[in-house]
Order: sequence, then C-alpha cells, then structure tokens
Amino acid sequence: MDDQRTHIISALVLHKPGVLQRVAGLFTRRGFNIESITVGTSEQEDIARMTIIAKGDGKVLEQITKQLNKIIDVIKVRDLEPENTVKRELCLIKVHSPTEKVRAEVVQYVNIFRGRVIDVSPETLTIEMTGASDKIDALIDLVKGFGIKEIARTGPTAMSRGIKTI
Amino acid sequence: MRGGEALLKSLENQGVDVVFGYPGGQLLPLYDMIYDSDLKHILVRHEQCAAHAADGYARASGKVGVCIATSGPGATNLVTGIATAYMDSSPIVAIAGQVPTGLIGNDAFQEVDTIGMTMPITKHNFQPITSKEIPEMVKSAFYIAGTGRPGPVVLDLPKDVQEQELDFENDVKITLPGYKPTRKGHPLQIKRAASLIGSAKKPVILAGGGVIISNSSEELLKLSELVGAPVTTSLLGKGSFPEDHDLSLGMLGMHGRLPANFAVDKCDCLIAVGCRFSDRTTGKISEFAKNAKIVHIDIDPAEIGKNVDVDIPIVGDAKIILSNLIRAISQNKMSSKSMEWVNRVKNFKQTCIPKMSFDNMPLKPQQVIKEISEAVDDDTIMTTDVGQNQMWMAHYFTSRKPKTFLSSGGLGTMGFGFPAAIGAKVAMPESDVVAVCGDGGFLMVSQELATVKEYDIPVVICVLDNRYLGMVAQWQNLFYEKRLSHTHLGESPDFVKLAEAFGVAANRVERPGELREVLSSAINSGEPTLIDITIDPDEILPMVPPGCGLTEIVGEYKTESNNSEDVPYRETAKERAGD
Repeated sequence: MDDQRTHIISALVLHKPGVLQRVAGLFTRRGFNIESITVGTSEQEDIARMTIIAKGDGKVLEQITKQLNKIIDVIKVRDLEPENTVKRELCLIKVHSPTEKVRAEVVQYVNIFRGRVIDVSPETLTIEMTGASDKIDALIDLVKGFGIKEIARTGPTAMSRGIKTI
Repeated sequence: MRGGEALLKSLENQGVDVVFGYPGGQLLPLYDMIYDSDLKHILVRHEQCAAHAADGYARASGKVGVCIATSGPGATNLVTGIATAYMDSSPIVAIAGQVPTGLIGNDAFQEVDTIGMTMPITKHNFQPITSKEIPEMVKSAFYIAGTGRPGPVVLDLPKDVQEQELDFENDVKITLPGYKPTRKGHPLQIKRAASLIGSAKKPVILAGGGVIISNSSEELLKLSELVGAPVTTSLLGKGSFPEDHDLSLGMLGMHGRLPANFAVDKCDCLIAVGCRFSDRTTGKISEFAKNAKIVHIDIDPAEIGKNVDVDIPIVGDAKIILSNLIRAISQNKMSSKSMEWVNRVKNFKQTCIPKMSFDNMPLKPQQVIKEISEAVDDDTIMTTDVGQNQMWMAHYFTSRKPKTFLSSGGLGTMGFGFPAAIGAKVAMPESDVVAVCGDGGFLMVSQELATVKEYDIPVVICVLDNRYLGMVAQWQNLFYEKRLSHTHLGESPDFVKLAEAFGVAANRVERPGELREVLSSAINSGEPTLIDITIDPDEILPMVPPGCGLTEIVGEYKTESNNSEDVPYRETAKERAGD
C-alpha cells in the first residue's frame, strides 16, 4: 500500500456548471497531487467524463475516490487498472522550420510517430500527435533541436479495455 | 407564482416552521413576499448568528434548520456558521441573496461568489438561474442536508429569479444520480464484527455525534450492557450515553476524562460508532488504542481509514447496524462478557472522581459546573461556547440524554453557544435551554441579546467570566513560558450592565453556593437572563499536549479521593491504572 504510483481515475459527472471546480477544489483542499484532468462529453447526454491522473499510495487513492464520490454531482468513480486501460493524449506542437531541409526532416519524424502535420507557414510546421504520453514526450524530444514555438497538450483520457465500462 | 413565493411554498412543503434571517438589498423581493406569508421569521442581529441558530435548531430537534441572509456581506457572514455546521454534520439550509443574473460576474454592488466560496464547506450548493428550478432545488437541498451524513446546503438566489413567474407544482420529483447514501451495513462485516466483539476480553465503545444523529442511544446502551463494554464519547457524542451509568467513562481525548483515556489505551477491541477520529479525540495516532482491534461504524465511507486504520469497517446508519450487531451477538451467544474488565474500569473510575466542590473565591470552574448541574434537569439543553468553558462542561458536566449537549466541536467556533441556544429554544420551547459561554466568545455575539429580548426567547446565558481567552492563555502558560500574549481581555464590559442595556435581566455571581439558586430562578422566570459568573482565571484543566498519546497528561488533576492539589496528574494516573 505504500507504493507511490500514478493512478488513472475515470469519473462520470453531471454536465453542469461548477462541477470541474468542485472536483479541482477537492484536490487542492485535501492536498492530493493531481497531474492532469480532462473533461468532455460522454455517451450519455448531460453526463461528462473526467479523466484524472493523480499520484499517491493506496491509502491516498482510496481517500481520493471516496471524497470524489461524496460530491453530489459525481455519479461514478473508478480507478482504472493501468494494464487493462487504453490511455491516449492529444498534443499540438508548433516547430520552428524556416527551411525546406528542416521541414523535410520534421515531416520524417512525424511520419515515424504516426503524427500529422496540420498547419504550415513559411516559418513553422504544426504537428498533431495522438498517443501514449511517453510517445509524445519522445517526439517532443526529437524536434526540440529545431526550436519549439508552442506546445499544447490535453492530458490523457482513458477507458478500460474490452467490454468493461464504468 | 413568483420565484420567491415558490421558495416559501417549498419551505412550507418541507415542514419548515421557522427561519432565522437578516434582510438586505438583494433579498427585497423575497422579504416582501415573507411579509405576506405565515412563515415565522426571527430577525437576528448578525447573519453569523442566523446560521448558528439554524444549527442549534437542527442539533436540538434533528430537523433541518433554515437561515437567510442577503448577498455579499450577508453571505460572507453566514460562512462561519455554515462551516461550523459542516464540520459537525449538522443539517441546515442556508439561503443567500444574489445580484440579478445579468450582473453576476460584474463585481456588482454586494456581489460575492457565494457558490464558489461555500463549495468547500457545504454538502452541496445550488444557484437557480430561472425560477422554475426553485421547487426541485429546495426539495433536493433538504433531502441532501437531512439524509446520509447530514450537513449544510446553500441556495444562492439571484434577485431577478425571486421575481420571475413560474408554474408551481407541489409534487416535484428530484433526481440525484450521484447521491445514494448507504444505510444498511454489509451483513458479512456485521458478522465479522460480532464475532470480534463477542470474543473481546476488554472491549470499549467510542460513541460520536453519529449516534445522536441516528437516534441510536438505546441500541448503544443495549450493546454496551450486552458485552460489558464501557462507553466513552467524543465531544459531539456527549449525551449519546447516560454519563451517570456504571459503564460510562466520560469524554475521551485531549481534555478527556482519565478513565476514558486509559481504557482506550488498554482495550483489546474498540468499537467506534459515528465518529471521525479527530486529532482532539485520538491524540498521537500511532499511540491510539494500540492494543486494540478497531471496528468502525460510520455512514460516511470517506471517514473509514481517513485518520485511523481500522480492522472492520461497517458503512451505514448506526441505528440499523447496531441493532443487527446486537442481534448477531445475542443469537450466537457470543458474548464472553468479562466482569473482570468491567470491575477494573469501575474501580479505576472510583479512584479518580473529579473533585467538584471548592469554596474558593474567585469561583473555581468545577464548583460552577457543579452548581449548574444541580440547577438543571436531564432534559435541559446545554450549549457551550468554545475554549475552557466548553472543555470544563465537556469534562465535568454529566449529560444523560442525546441532543441536550450542543457544542461546536470540529470548527471550534467562538460565539456559537448563545445563538445556538436561541435556535435550540425555538426548536424545543418546552425544554429549558442554558448557554454556558466564556466572556470572550459571548462578547462576539452579545448583540443577540436584542433578539432574545424582542422575541422573548427565554434562554439563560451563564458567562464564565475570567477576563481571559482562557484556553489560549492555558496553552501560553503550559507551552509558551507563560508569555500571555494578547489573551487578557481587560475590565470591559460590565456584562450585567450590557444585558440591562438590552432590557435583559442580569445577575452577578461571585460566591460559592449562589449560582444554583440564581440559575434556578432564572430558568423558572421564563425570561431571557444573563448570569455573569466571576471565575478564577488561573484554573487549568489537565490536558494531553498536542502530538502526545492519550495517557501523557499534563496539569494537576483534583480528585475526590485525593485532595492534595499538587499531585502530578500523570504519575498518579498511571499508578492507578495499574501500569
């Protein structure tokens, strides 16, 4: 129970104003470490799905899920098992690429990582990359040398593999 | 029907008979509608006291208390009262005015983000943007406040919504998919607990406020007698078990009774019911009940394992779980009730009955509590303020019935006692209500003397007047080299004259033997009365220093059997406990 590890918490919440504040406020208030939080619509109308990446030992995680469950607008909370979970993050990277040669090189890397170039200007290329967070880190590392103008990452969103739902 | 009227109608449907409130600009429409309604409204003199009064009403009656204040400063003044109710799981619905929807977010006059501000101190909060949301929100608010682990709910009511027309429906449905409190305990867990408790040689029960909230005092008494488990309580659990019972240990914790602290240290099985193991109750966690297996019964799953690791958690309503537990234990004749343990505890109790009679002047607080005890009956509702007055009452006063000892435990809000007494008296007009306050805390809310006078609410206020912020001074004396930094309050005011200025009857008591008579006649007068009791500022209550185990007590403990006033509490106590 003492091992500090990263947890993927999936929560179904009522799609209402203030619900993100209720959840985020809880984390600050109780001193829980939160790495990222994503919110979006779910398969059900009026219900949003939140994916929270948080660090802590088993005891902390138990408190996080219990305290989340106490929020009236939170319907369901589940700690997803990492090995049985698909987890993806979206990242946009704007790379400084003033010459033909640099652009060709960047495009090559992007292809290897199965990313896409979604915007080109005389000075920049903007890459879209979806994948596991460590893959995104690796691509960022590779193109860093050319000069990165901007990065926007969503933080991971996740769900259980197979037929299981929460 | 307009939004404000829908609110009033919804309150009526919830059975609300009285509200404590204070009007203001953004509540003008609602108050105009109250003018025409039958709702009883008590105008307090400060919004904080509206919240405390609603809280006192709730704690004394078990019903949801209601308070109303305007936007901005009205709402911020409610905050302390709401947080107090939240920490002690008291069901109140606080209604706040808000600027019109079109102005929200513009830093309008008297605008404050009430929803954001009260999120961390409420079970939930609502802000209707259209009037047609009001009936469902009010119904949900009362349902949430009063069920599960009770707590405060805020309704933030914009001015324009109060005036907006709607079609009112009486039987509105509420949908709260994220709120399903567990009531029945898990049968397997109950079975496991029954066999653990049944085989325990030295069981102790720790009863918290949850026992009182769930009305399970009867079950608690039954279980205690069935298995021979002495009962200690948290501060909020005081009254859940008759403290004159053979098996009562009194309060546990930092200012706990000696037998309670030692029994918890020695027990092999601790049955904690409806309590949250606050740091003031447990002392140093690693030392707490270190020889015991712990059963924890609570309706809030988040309390399980939060502060103390437990062996058998049971989530649900204490009343249901305790009855099932009793049935399981008696059916299987599992109880190996140990008379040896019961007798040992009884004998230990006999050796440390606190000395209550002192003929000193200024009066010793023990003598004061003794005389208060003699003047009130079992049904008298006692409220306390926060600080030494509270701990003296908790330590020395004998409570016999649930919902008769009201005190701000978790938040420790000075100024709670008097307004809570007002709420309690309004809720339970047939009961006598006595507020025991310190001079510091009472002065924070003394303007409510106007309220008790205007509405003729006959509460009696005992001001334990030592001209010090006694508890802080006690800590300064014990842990800060007696450097009494800003804890002396000086000679002002004269509390008797203060009360008289409000038209409230007042007396001063300075001599031993006087208070009993004065308090009795104040109670019998049927009028609000203040009694200013001059007490000794130097009396220190024995305590467990923060961060220490429950048996590491400092300070002198004066007992009936040992009149030497300078016996170090710690040594003798350990000796007596048979270490």
